[in-house]
Amino acid sequence: MKYLDEFRDPAAARELSAALHAVTTREWRIMEVCGGQTHSILRFGIDQLLPPAITLLHGPGCPVCVTPLEQIDKAIELARRPEVIFTSFGDMLRVPGSSTDLLSVKAQGGDVRIVYSPLEAVELARRNPQRQVVFFAVGFETTAPANAMAVRHARGSGVANFSILVSHVLVPPAIEAILASPECRVQGFLAAGHVCTVEGYEEYEPLAARYGVPIVVTGFEPLDILQGIYLCVRQLEEGRAEVENQYARAVRRQGNEPARASVREVFEISPRKWRGIGEIPQSGLRLRESWSEYDAENRFTLLTGEVDEPAECISGQILRGVKKPNECPAFGTRCTPESPLGATMVSTEGACSAYYRYKPHA
Amino acid sequence: MARVSFGGVIKEVSLAYTPEAVPGDYVLVHVGFALNTVDEEEAQKTLELLRQLEPAGAETIDDAPGGEAA
Repeated sequence: MKYLDEFRDPAAARELSAALHAVTTREWRIMEVCGGQTHSILRFGIDQLLPPAITLLHGPGCPVCVTPLEQIDKAIELARRPEVIFTSFGDMLRVPGSSTDLLSVKAQGGDVRIVYSPLEAVELARRNPQRQVVFFAVGFETTAPANAMAVRHARGSGVANFSILVSHVLVPPAIEAILASPECRVQGFLAAGHVCTVEGYEEYEPLAARYGVPIVVTGFEPLDILQGIYLCVRQLEEGRAEVENQYARAVRRQGNEPARASVREVFEISPRKWRGIGEIPQSGLRLRESWSEYDAENRFTLLTGEVDEPAECISGQILRGVKKPNECPAFGTRCTPESPLGATMVSTEGACSAYYRYKPHA
Repeated sequence: MARVSFGGVIKEVSLAYTPEAVPGDYVLVHVGFALNTVDEEEAQKTLELLRQLEPAGAETIDDAPGGEAA
């Protein structure tokens, strides 16, 4: 397929790998923020093409992984209500809450449905006026325009029985939280290309300058990732700390302005709790007051309160790049995709599930 | 709404955020929305940069994995 095959060319990958070996003179630790990139790296064996001096750390860019336990418990509570049709992307259904998951609620008779787009959930509400349709609005900057449009569409078409349970997070504040931490090991970042497709990359420029780290906006195909690493290492070797755009075919500096305007109309920036990391100031989105009638947490009285993580799970350290999945004693034994202790194992974008799938004996 | 082919599978996609898209364009799609049209010229520039890299050193090729990309 065009724009895919050219960026998977193995000969070009070997040349890029050689160029990377040639430019690397010392040890560097680089974090790829996005879970989609973590999976590409392991699936295509990109980590094996790197000089041994380069270590990739896997970041928090997996929306399923960072959705806090209490939001999942709230989703479960909503899905159990007889008047509710609970809708979600498929990857949230198996994520364990504190006692069960959405798939089990469905098996016990809850009306839980998988949708491909939030617009499908609005359509479901229009066709079922006697029910309440709730959509689990989980995601990063990339998903926010779709969720904003769903809410605008519901209002515009008079669909009043639609609401969203919001768990939206933003990448730049998470990068800043990682960099500001005293245990930070990251020297350079690959920023997630699709997040920047929406929001652009102006916000990363002060971060690169303040913390002295190169940030390379990077795509998702093997050559994109290798080139992103190459550009990042070249900056590190030359002592530069700039924002570079490897993914120029899909990312403009100012992002997608109509999409950003739509998000700003419906959502405002708010503090958010990240699973495994804790609360990060100004790191999420919530519905604006003028749209709060579409907020499921306002529409329904929910009983779910604060919940604690299983003590054995180290997903918080993994999401901050402090540890790798195979450094966890429970990895592959007491924690597997079938019986996960934490979200980094259950999500298809989680670092633990990527290691389990592609390098279980590493 | 527009019809978009994903390697032969046709799906309905909203062009609300890419009003500039015309039939035949490649678009980047996420959860039912086109988020950008792929810039042909920038794609060619990136590929050109890749072509200009120094030729591969022999010692590094031996380690290349035989994964799906290779």
